[in-house]
Amino acid sequence: MEILYILIPLAVILAAVAIAAFVLSVRSGQYDDLDGAAHRILMDDDDPMIPNRRPAKPDGKTSKKD
Amino acid sequence: MPTADTQACYHCGLPVPDEVDLTVDIEGEPRPMCCMGCQAVATAIVENGLEQYYHHRTEKARAPEDLVPEALRDLQVYDNETLQRSFVHVRDDDVREAALMLEGIVCAACVWLSERHVGALDGVLAFHVNYSTHRAQVTWDNSRIRLSDILKAITEIGYHAHPFDPSRQEALQKKERNRALRRIGIAGVGTMQVMMMAVALYLGEYQGMDEGIRNLLRWASMIVTIPVIGYAGQAFFQSAWRDLRQRRLGMDVPVSLAIGLAFLASAWATWSGTGHVYFDSVTMFIFFLLIGRTLEMTARHKAGQVAEELVKLMPATAHRLTADGVESVAVAELAVGDRLVVKPGEVIPADGVIVEGRSSINEALLTGESLPRLKQVGEQVIGGTINSESPLTIEVDRIGQDTVLAGISRLLERAHAEKPRVAELANRVAGWFVAGLLLVAAAVFAYWYLHRPEDALWITLSVLVITCPCALSLATPVALTAATGSLTARGVLTTRGHALETLARATDMIFDKTGTLTHGRLRVTGVTRLADLDEAWLRRLAAGLEGFSEHPVAEALKAGVEAPLVLEVVEAETGRGVTGRFDGEFYRLGSLDHLRAWHPGLEPVEAEGSTIYLGSRERPLAAFHLADEPRREAASVVRALAAQGVTVHLLSGDNREAVAAIAGRLGIEQWAAEQLPQDKLDYLRRLQSQGRVVAMVGDGVNDAPVLAGAQVSIAMGKGAQLAQASADMVLLGDDLTVLPFSVEMARRTLKIIRQNIGWAIGYNLTALPLAAAGYIQPWMAAIGMSGSSLFVVLNALRLKEKR
Repeated sequence: MEILYILIPLAVILAAVAIAAFVLSVRSGQYDDLDGAAHRILMDDDDPMIPNRRPAKPDGKTSKKD
Repeated sequence: MPTADTQACYHCGLPVPDEVDLTVDIEGEPRPMCCMGCQAVATAIVENGLEQYYHHRTEKARAPEDLVPEALRDLQVYDNETLQRSFVHVRDDDVREAALMLEGIVCAACVWLSERHVGALDGVLAFHVNYSTHRAQVTWDNSRIRLSDILKAITEIGYHAHPFDPSRQEALQKKERNRALRRIGIAGVGTMQVMMMAVALYLGEYQGMDEGIRNLLRWASMIVTIPVIGYAGQAFFQSAWRDLRQRRLGMDVPVSLAIGLAFLASAWATWSGTGHVYFDSVTMFIFFLLIGRTLEMTARHKAGQVAEELVKLMPATAHRLTADGVESVAVAELAVGDRLVVKPGEVIPADGVIVEGRSSINEALLTGESLPRLKQVGEQVIGGTINSESPLTIEVDRIGQDTVLAGISRLLERAHAEKPRVAELANRVAGWFVAGLLLVAAAVFAYWYLHRPEDALWITLSVLVITCPCALSLATPVALTAATGSLTARGVLTTRGHALETLARATDMIFDKTGTLTHGRLRVTGVTRLADLDEAWLRRLAAGLEGFSEHPVAEALKAGVEAPLVLEVVEAETGRGVTGRFDGEFYRLGSLDHLRAWHPGLEPVEAEGSTIYLGSRERPLAAFHLADEPRREAASVVRALAAQGVTVHLLSGDNREAVAAIAGRLGIEQWAAEQLPQDKLDYLRRLQSQGRVVAMVGDGVNDAPVLAGAQVSIAMGKGAQLAQASADMVLLGDDLTVLPFSVEMARRTLKIIRQNIGWAIGYNLTALPLAAAGYIQPWMAAIGMSGSSLFVVLNALRLKEKR
């Protein structure tokens, strides 16, 4: 059971890291818009990569969008 | 090529007029467009490789206003450095930031489209749209792009952007929200860690545990608990301290006491290696209570956005007449006495008097009535209303805080300020409850200290934990949250915590007429033929005559007519009617007076609502009856509410006949017509003074003070945004049948809340004597408390709708 003497302090440190990460994410405004992200994920831009759904545009603008 | 059937515009979904033949190639196919505006926008979208917008959108776009060069020139005002100072944040010499209000965002695809389009501009460093608030944050390099170019790019794809200055209050709210989030995050992570170690400690009590490991777990728990109590729990200590300084006992006092004592006792136990630790209870309390507080706060902030929304009604720029012509200036720079030109379709930027011109003014936002009112020289116009027909010159007589709009905003704020009195009362009652708890705990401590001093602390803690008003304070919010969720699924948004509770007790429901019980737009209810002609042909003729007008009467006449006759409009007189030529013959459509100019002997046709006449030069042809139709479900909703014991009232600013007709058809006995906002408020106050609990359903800014004055207010989602923001509940859909459902749900919620409170008090009363007698160990108290809370939560979950 001696391993606990390492594991438990480690858990505490990991918790501190998790909290720090969370605080950073709040500060960078990731929680300002809670609805938008849920919708934005649906707007994936992979259509040009799916062969059958490649928009039929003659001027070749479609190959890559970024 | 457009076919004979009416096609819908691919961009905005409006029908494509027959004579219009515009298309844009989208995804390899020509798509019909209804106007130049839509064509320009769709072309811009396609040219920028953003066609996928059409895949992803869930709503059709709004028809853009035509891109008049003048409108674009107006945008250049925003490049003015002095004007920019009010809303632009200069980060670096050239790097600037501004908040923009975006109009026309209807679905998530709009966010995608605008972010893509604007983000790709050279010089734009960041452009991010917040979907919930419809606001954008733009950062740009002023040496490479000007703000007006960014705004122009947004206009190109059919949206309207106004810079605005987020008020100090909003910045404060954001800070408060972020702090609450940080607190929840810290408490959440801490609780998980401490709980994990607590399980080990509990098991250790039974199975025996190595002393060293036990101490390690305790010390680790304490280290994790310190930030939780020190930062996250601060909220409770601060508010308890504030209460105490004002010589009051709030709910936070026993919470703080229990958290504080439990922590100190646990810390001491950890230090001395004796007794019990309760770090898990401490962190769990803080975590759960914080979540409840944050939900409450969010609702409060939503309600506070009213003033912000009002500012939005006012445009940012105005056209000022000077000696050398017209110049565009910021509205903030206007002074009393300035002469302004207001073009058709523009929002009037300040209160003033018309000095030149004659036009109909759409005051829907202020009066809730959909019909524009004709105003001429010498009449007062109100800032925020829309000039719908012809250009006007006005002389400004009130600006800024003196305007009618600002006045309504103040009214609203006052009404909001009056509300929390009920909450104050609840607080005082809770104070007595808390005082009782503290006295009992003190007495218990004193008794045991005299008899068995070594057990006194643990027993007192048990008492504090077991009487911790946790279940009691969860009883209401959990039930409200569950009910709010069910209601939201049915399209009813609850923006205030008290709304459901009050709605359940409502004895009276007041409806506004236009836009609430009715559709808020005119319809042709009947045609009286005055000459022997085909009715369908008469309607096509009338629709053709009104072909280019956007007036509600014109919209009503055009609605449902498949192929309006194409004719030449000779003359259009504001507020009277139009004259046109078809097949060599002159026709006139308009008011009775207008037609009497040709046919002096024309007798009015009696009918409910308003009547529009059509005639040729030789003879009168027909009379069209227009009325604002009640919604299909209105009558059944009124009956359902009556069955629930709610008295339905109808108050409207409309004329007597119209209101009487609607009331009669819907079976509403209590009604009043020609009501100004003040009259409506008085009516409401009279009901309230008789001890009745009034719910108000309405839309429009004019209803806003009345909505705010009612115990519970419900706004129609389609109504003015302002009314929604100030309302306690918002109907998102266009369906009134959710009203009886909401009342039913509110009543069930109140029942559940009563059960929960009954349970919590009953549990506390049973457990208290046991704990006081020393039969209950603190860990049993914590489990009992959690169990009791769980019961309350599960009971509340019954309010979730089964699918």
